[in-house]
Amino acid sequence: MLRYLLSRLLTFVPTFIGVCIISFAFIRVLPGDPIIVMAGERGVSEERYQELYEQFGFDRPIVVQFWDYFTGVLQGDLGTSYVTKRPVWDEFFSLFPATLELSICAILLAILLGIPAGVIAAVNRGKFFDRALMSSALVGYSMPIFWWALLLIIVFSGNLGWTPVSGRIDLLYFFDAKTGFMLIDSLLSGQDGAFQSAVRHLILPAIVLATIPLAVIARQTRSAMLEVLGEDYIRTARAKGLAPMRVNGVHALRNAMIPVITVVGLSVGMLLAGAILTETIFSWPGIGKWMVDSIYRRDYPVVQGGLLLVALLVMVVNLLVDLAYGLINPKIRKR
Amino acid sequence: MTLLNIKNLSVEFETAGGAFRAVDGVDIAVDENDILAIVGESGSGKSVSMLAMMGLLPWTATITADEMSFDGIDLRDLSAKQRRKVIGRDMSMIFQEPMSSLNPCFTVGFQIKETLRIHMDMDRAQRQKRAVELLELVGIPDPERRLKAFPHQMSGGMSQRVMIAMALACKPRLLIADEPTTALDVTIQAQILDLLTDLQKETGMALILITHDMGVVAETAQRVQVQYAGQKVEEQPVRDLFAHPHHPYTAALLDALPERATERHLPTIPGVVPGQYDRPQGCLFSPRCKFADDKCRAVSPPVQPRDLGLARCHYPVNAKEDAV
Ligand SMILES: Nc1ncnc2c1ncn2[C@@H]1O[C@H](COP(=O)(O)OP(=O)(O)OP(=O)(O)O)[C@@H](O)[C@H]1O
Ligand code: SF4
Ligand SMILES: [Mg+2]
Repeated sequence: MLRYLLSRLLTFVPTFIGVCIISFAFIRVLPGDPIIVMAGERGVSEERYQELYEQFGFDRPIVVQFWDYFTGVLQGDLGTSYVTKRPVWDEFFSLFPATLELSICAILLAILLGIPAGVIAAVNRGKFFDRALMSSALVGYSMPIFWWALLLIIVFSGNLGWTPVSGRIDLLYFFDAKTGFMLIDSLLSGQDGAFQSAVRHLILPAIVLATIPLAVIARQTRSAMLEVLGEDYIRTARAKGLAPMRVNGVHALRNAMIPVITVVGLSVGMLLAGAILTETIFSWPGIGKWMVDSIYRRDYPVVQGGLLLVALLVMVVNLLVDLAYGLINPKIRKR
Repeated sequence: MTLLNIKNLSVEFETAGGAFRAVDGVDIAVDENDILAIVGESGSGKSVSMLAMMGLLPWTATITADEMSFDGIDLRDLSAKQRRKVIGRDMSMIFQEPMSSLNPCFTVGFQIKETLRIHMDMDRAQRQKRAVELLELVGIPDPERRLKAFPHQMSGGMSQRVMIAMALACKPRLLIADEPTTALDVTIQAQILDLLTDLQKETGMALILITHDMGVVAETAQRVQVQYAGQKVEEQPVRDLFAHPHHPYTAALLDALPERATERHLPTIPGVVPGQYDRPQGCLFSPRCKFADDKCRAVSPPVQPRDLGLARCHYPVNAKEDAV
């Protein structure tokens, strides 16, 4: 297991360098000049432009610029935002909890609904529930996120007035962000109705963000279960006189979880992509919205630093998935 | 009293190509202390008839029988829940592929103790003790350590021993062994068969041994029942069957044994067991039988009396003059 972990960590190195290069190059190949964008309607004089141009280091060769960025990254310095003048690290960490909270709720929703749904569909293969679930999974998977979000907003916020359209909590509540997670902070604040308000703000974005992973997890669980249910050891389990709940829920599911975990891991990567859209639609103050805003502002350090951190995050999640894999699959654990 | 008594068991599968009768009017009777071998080529419905009895067939199967009783219980009108109290406890089964019959995600100990937990009134310590005892019983060295092993860490022979230990956990009255040695090396095969017969003697349970190897039958069983294309075609005590087979199919199977071959080339039975789409009229064996005539091809043969091995044949072989 330790050797396995070390070899995994080694593959991190080239991936990391690659991600640095891509994050650096991505924003620079987009047309648009950060100085002009920053100046806005008023424009900027020729001298001032030259001054800023040198100040940002744009006059130096691109390779040198990259080297500066790369050595900075290695020392833990991601630069400062052109716009807010705050370090990218600080901005990231003040916004990240909002994204994390949304993502955790979404993935939990997807797992807690998707796995049981997949199991029930597989056990009742070809029956009504199975067909209904698989068709909705197909729809959920292929539906454009923003369209689905708007639909939910129209129905639940517009027609029914049950949920707010944006933000993380009503403006009348104000308290310290002790953990950065609104659900926990609102509970800690002890203010009446704060928690309920946080839940109502969270629920639609979480549903929207959970939709695709939910569909993917349900489908993967179903197909993995179908495969496992035909195995000899399932017949053995039934021949022992075990109840169907135990055969399906313990003997079959444990084996079916092996491919499902991979899909959950991949979903986390997709989740971050989905979070960008979802946060923008619901004005959720997380890193997704932050990055979209900085792309519009051509805020190079924020975009490249944000991309890098998100990519690192996905890599770490994948590593964790591999570890979980080893825990559940004894054939890997003993290597 | 007969421990297991099955009369006229039929199993029909609903398939894309219509109904398929995998088991066709089979009788099976076993007493305590009895070893019955069921022999037949692949596809003759041996496994399906046993799985039907255990209630392990998929819903596409329709099971009918005039009688199906075990230890005085009518298996036909048992609810699924009541049946689960019997199978795995009083009636248990081991399978052909030991390696894939154990769940790869759980330790050997977990899988053995699970059976004890659902059927027996035992606490943790008792279950651990019984599990160790069971592994010793089936001849697995260092049982405490083996209980913590996962199935992929064991050989096929070892896995089959574990399967046997699991099947014996609750001291069953009947053990069904469905080709328990087919997937194993020849040397291991003999060990597992010896183990099974020893355990049978020790416990006095009934044993149904499914096989397509007549050699295995000669060494282990007391009675043999030959199945062909879903039908029972003959039944006799082992010695009599080997001396005087009455059904041409049995005779052909015996002729195909290397140790009984009289010619230099081993005689084989031409053709294969009829499947869903090529079931013949009349006698099911007629396309492959060297004695077949027009009557065989048109009329289903009757079951002959017991002194002719209950052979399902118009012209049983080895019939004594006075018996006909
Ligand atoms: N679930 C099923 N659906 C349809 N047909 C089936 C099913 N299970 C078994 N059969 C058919 O029933 C027939 C008898 O199968 P069975 O497994 O009992 O044979 P067997 O005598 O045990 O052979 P083997 O020596 O290969 O184990 C075969 O033709 C098989 O294709
Ligand atoms: S009935 Fe005829 S074809 Fe069938 S086994 Fe007997 S002799 Fe052969
Ligand atoms: Mg079989």
